[in-house]
Amino acid sequence: MSIAAKSVLLIGFLVLAACNNPDRYGAGGAGGAGGAGGAGGIDTTGLGDPNNPTSIAYFNQTVGDRVLFAVDQSTISPEGRAVLTAQAQWLLTNTGYAAIIEGHADERGTREYNLNLGAKRAAAVQNFLISQGVPPGRLRTISYGKERPIEICSTEACYSQNRRAVTVLSAGAGV
Amino acid sequence: MTRPVRAPFRMFLVTLCALLVGAGMQLATPVMAQEPPRIVIGSAVIEPMPIAAPTFIDEGGAGDYAREITRVVISDLEGTGFFRTIPEEAQISRVTSFDGGIAFEDWKAINAQVLVTGAVSVAGDRITVKFRAYDVFNGTTLDGAALQFAGTTDGWRRMAHKVADVIYSKITGESGYFDSRVVFVSESGPKNARLKRLAVMDYDGANVAYLTDSSSIVLAPRFSPQGERIVYTSFETGFPRITLMDVASLQRRTLEEQPGTMTFAPRFSPDGRTVVFSLERGGNSDIYVLDLDSGVLSQLTNSPSIETAPSFSPDGSQIVFESDRSGGQQIYVMPAGGGEATRISGGEGRYGTPVWSPRGDYIAFTKQNAGRFHIGVMRTDGSEERLLTASFLDEGPTWAPNGRDRWSGKRPGLVAAFAMKSDAQPIHSGCQSC
Repeated sequence: MSIAAKSVLLIGFLVLAACNNPDRYGAGGAGGAGGAGGAGGIDTTGLGDPNNPTSIAYFNQTVGDRVLFAVDQSTISPEGRAVLTAQAQWLLTNTGYAAIIEGHADERGTREYNLNLGAKRAAAVQNFLISQGVPPGRLRTISYGKERPIEICSTEACYSQNRRAVTVLSAGAGV
Repeated sequence: MTRPVRAPFRMFLVTLCALLVGAGMQLATPVMAQEPPRIVIGSAVIEPMPIAAPTFIDEGGAGDYAREITRVVISDLEGTGFFRTIPEEAQISRVTSFDGGIAFEDWKAINAQVLVTGAVSVAGDRITVKFRAYDVFNGTTLDGAALQFAGTTDGWRRMAHKVADVIYSKITGESGYFDSRVVFVSESGPKNARLKRLAVMDYDGANVAYLTDSSSIVLAPRFSPQGERIVYTSFETGFPRITLMDVASLQRRTLEEQPGTMTFAPRFSPDGRTVVFSLERGGNSDIYVLDLDSGVLSQLTNSPSIETAPSFSPDGSQIVFESDRSGGQQIYVMPAGGGEATRISGGEGRYGTPVWSPRGDYIAFTKQNAGRFHIGVMRTDGSEERLLTASFLDEGPTWAPNGRDRWSGKRPGLVAAFAMKSDAQPIHSGCQSC
């Protein structure tokens, strides 16, 4: 990648951070974007100490920020329910945070269909969290369809990592 | 393309042609006027029509322009698969004056059915391109195929495309599409950190211009029927939103912004006044239309399944779309005002992104079956399904304005056009940053 392209990438990140876009993907992606704080109306959210149970880092790493889905499905698995139950408890304890739930699909499907599928996954997570008592006003959803894979795939084991819904926290409840 | 052929082969070719012509002359009774040269697209097998297009004459200051314009004209015509140009080395006659006489016998002798002559002159930043296309057998100018284009030199490529458009339309009876632009998403970077930019280019991949930076995801752009606006899906607000851009000013605005919803997959109606798209709420998407002048929003479907990828019929009376209401993704047609939908796809696999052809006769689609993506076409009632391509990620076909050719985003950055011929060979591909 050329230096020019790198700088475009960097600018892209800053712009995204500026509008508090949940466009953070990939393992550690949230940390990378969250760290790009600074001037110019950019909201900075401290990740905190992963050993501190009230930190975003703790939520991401210990509670678990994501659930995975079966092919072409938006039903939450038993493992997923356990993760989301813990997410709900954390959100009910740490009331200063809002969340955007990102729905994603693997690349085996058309763009339009996968945008829908990602939306269904995000909605399924949102509905589960609401059923656990999280106020709807603290939750928003977005679908990236197949536009934001975290893994570059040619095997099912890899595709499964891309079929995900990620709960991305930000400071400030009541979005 | 038209690289010089090795001499012995060329000689053989010329000799063979001469023999064939000679034999024909012997058999022919008094020479009668023939039908003008004509290609009927859609016939099962089309033999490329031999044409001659000697390098356009430099009538002053043209320099490289004359040669380059000739090259683009030839490339446009040959790219359709319907024409074969006779190499300049095989030509007997030289055209030294645009208005001088044509030695038609010399062009008949090399079996050229059509002769294209042209001249280019440049003064300052102004360029003038004129051309004539002749029916060689009848020794006449093709009706309407003698024109002159003038403008600034930076428009030379468009003028060459216009020359090719006229020749193509006179011979096939179809409108040309060489002087048209394609709007597409230019992608760069690794797949898991892809940068996407809205871009336009000429149909042949030249003159790429970027319309957005890569700071937000953009998807599936479409030109308005008049070409002055583009509608697409943008994540610029943080959420997927259908967005309208004015091509000249690059000003853009989000069209539909209800909180808690996502809008995507927009397409213009044939009159350009409304946009049909998908609106998602709570994980369920339905099809809506938005009147661009009044801002009135109307819901066309109301179903708990996925309804998306709508496309108007060219007369504006119907909408084709995809839905998984029957379980898997299939293609349906409904009245443009909503109402009962009829399923038209029925083969194995999943069908998506249907697009009605501008002529109204076919619907192109993406099909997924057994782990492969295909671009295919079917009649509007779902009959005569044919798959034109097979690859891993070949989706989202687009029709050329004349309804004969389709573009589809193939690999990232690659744009391919497929001619509506029985063998569906790629007729052109242009690579952007791949």
